[in-house]
Amino acid sequence: MNVIEVTTATFEEEVIKSTKPVLVDFNADWCGPCQMLKPTIEQIASENDNVKIASVNIDDNDDLAFKYNVSSIPCLVLFKNGNEVKRSVGLKPKPEILKLING
Amino acid sequence: MYDIVIIGAGPAGMTAAIYARRASKSVLVLEALSYGGQIINTPDIENYPVAAHISGFEFATKVYEQAQALGAEFVFEKAVEIRSDANGKTVVTTDNEYQCKAVIIATGSENRKLGLDNEEELVGKGISYCATCDGAFYRKKTVAVVGGGNTALEDALYLADLAETVYLIHRRDAFRGDEATVEALKARANVRFIYNSTVTKLIADNRLDAVEVTDKNTGDVTKIELNGLFVAVGRIPENQNFASLIDLDGSGYIKAGENCLTNVPGIFAAGDNRVKNVRQLVTATADGAVAATEAIRFVSEH
Repeated sequence: MNVIEVTTATFEEEVIKSTKPVLVDFNADWCGPCQMLKPTIEQIASENDNVKIASVNIDDNDDLAFKYNVSSIPCLVLFKNGNEVKRSVGLKPKPEILKLING
Repeated sequence: MYDIVIIGAGPAGMTAAIYARRASKSVLVLEALSYGGQIINTPDIENYPVAAHISGFEFATKVYEQAQALGAEFVFEKAVEIRSDANGKTVVTTDNEYQCKAVIIATGSENRKLGLDNEEELVGKGISYCATCDGAFYRKKTVAVVGGGNTALEDALYLADLAETVYLIHRRDAFRGDEATVEALKARANVRFIYNSTVTKLIADNRLDAVEVTDKNTGDVTKIELNGLFVAVGRIPENQNFASLIDLDGSGYIKAGENCLTNVPGIFAAGDNRVKNVRQLVTATADGAVAATEAIRFVSEH
């Protein structure tokens, strides 16, 4: 699967109502570590069917960042059945992100 | 067996890889996290020759691509030990062991923490080590910066443009950083200075709400309500894993001079993790060239 770009308008449908777990990557264009994380996130999306990967640009969707208490990026939040279950802040290597999803 | 194993894919390590590959040495670069190192946190580099403006991410990516195109091999594993004997060197990672003739340690440094109880779990929930990365989340909010060096001063100045109030908490009564930046801060109406004080407690309910600050001279404890705390109390070189083999100074920096030689023949140090006065992008890449040249010579002679 590909990474899905999610906005305030589509968050409810794509993340909260998703039957699959969703890993949301909160990021911004000006954030270097976020750009660095992007290829890893894309790779995980293409290799894992058990999880949906979503990307939220916090500049365009600052209300989502505020709502989910995101104040440092990159920030990965794992949602299951509409609820946050895990969170990871900062640039992380691929095995750690997989552990966040599967562990 | 590789000719040269480089530990760390920051500007120093990747530049060393470029030089070593151009001398036709086989090169393995080991990196714990991702290429680029600390520079990827810088949104705009303005003091590197040729590029008037370039982001740290773009800089790192270009150097990475250059090193790869020249044939440097990159493996993303954390180096935990170096062994040296008559047959050569062994770099041990969390997953493997790599034999080589020479090693360049270019591990850089990491942010020093305050060392307070719930500090780690509040990262991203009010605690930050990078004002330029996270400052945008604190528009019209109250923040504090801890520290007294240039990074702390520049962070405070950057935040003063965004936040409603910026407290600058410093454990001494005077700043070590640039006088000009101190003056610029003093001219800001929304910056408040708290001298001779340290942060002694983080008060949080899910996210950081306040800090407790203790005056070193009087022992008085003050509670400051805030939304964000930016920690800028220096950096720690990432040399601990090699301390049994490599001589370090009291602060943990590798005792290597401008020639990048360590106490062990065939092991070299490059970048922010060695003893030096100026830690800049351009001095890191310069170290990469010097260390690689020394390593190339060592490999050719042994």
